[in-house]
Amino acid sequence: MEKIPIIKVGDTLLVSIQSDLQDQVATTMQSDLLRKIEQTAARGVIIDISVVDIVDSFLGRVLADTASMARLMNAVVVVVGIQPSVAITLIELGLELKQIPTALNVESGLHLLREKIEQQQNGAGSNGFGPEEERARNGHG
Amino acid sequence: MAMANRTNRLSISNEIDLVRARQEVRVQAQAIGLSLVDQTRITTAVSELIRNMLKYAGGGTLEMEIVRNGIRNGLRITCRDEGPGIPNVDLAMKEGYSTSNGLGLGLPGAKRLMDEFNIQSEVGKGTRVTIAKWR
Repeated sequence: MEKIPIIKVGDTLLVSIQSDLQDQVATTMQSDLLRKIEQTAARGVIIDISVVDIVDSFLGRVLADTASMARLMNAVVVVVGIQPSVAITLIELGLELKQIPTALNVESGLHLLREKIEQQQNGAGSNGFGPEEERARNGHG
Repeated sequence: MAMANRTNRLSISNEIDLVRARQEVRVQAQAIGLSLVDQTRITTAVSELIRNMLKYAGGGTLEMEIVRNGIRNGLRITCRDEGPGIPNVDLAMKEGYSTSNGLGLGLPGAKRLMDEFNIQSEVGKGTRVTIAKWR
């Protein structure tokens, strides 16, 4: 079975997902990535899906779960490169993926990662929870 | 047109078939000139339907047909399985309803992506879902 390579650049991991992905390749990527976070203590992960031409409910869920799992391991995941047709289809399908930070491309994804990691270090955004989750955790709203 | 009424049939029994079916649907959608967004819509809808088919019936068949209505071309896809069938189709079409811990997006989501959506199911016999996208 093919595997998705995970590349380490500084304290960031880069994952490029190919198109026509088999389910098992996606779930293997998820566990490989978490292991790599553990091994390298990476703080940020960029998942590039710019060549992925469909994201169905399965792949959408794998991406969302991966982001949540990584967060539990103190790493921030940013998904980059969502194609316009994929964005339209995801929303129509009913998958908003609100919990995943996204950026247009790898470069802006890296900027976003920096911001999020700095926020965490300064304690401003606490644990990388968004304002909504933060309110919920504090029992407000 | 030579391509009109040509029917393609694929049998589906595992996730490799799922990947292949998505590729085939994309090729057909491209061939009749559907826009990139519509290609993505129909491919995604098929992916959801096949997932249901694999999950509940262990597989089935997929038929692709290029259809014409006056000057309009369309792609019609029929997913057929001989699984347990759906006891309450109205419930299965409800947003967020799932009997398998899924997200429950499959059927209603696929419907929203399509121009036509028709589902027929009989308990103990199986399910047939027909979808179409027109150019």
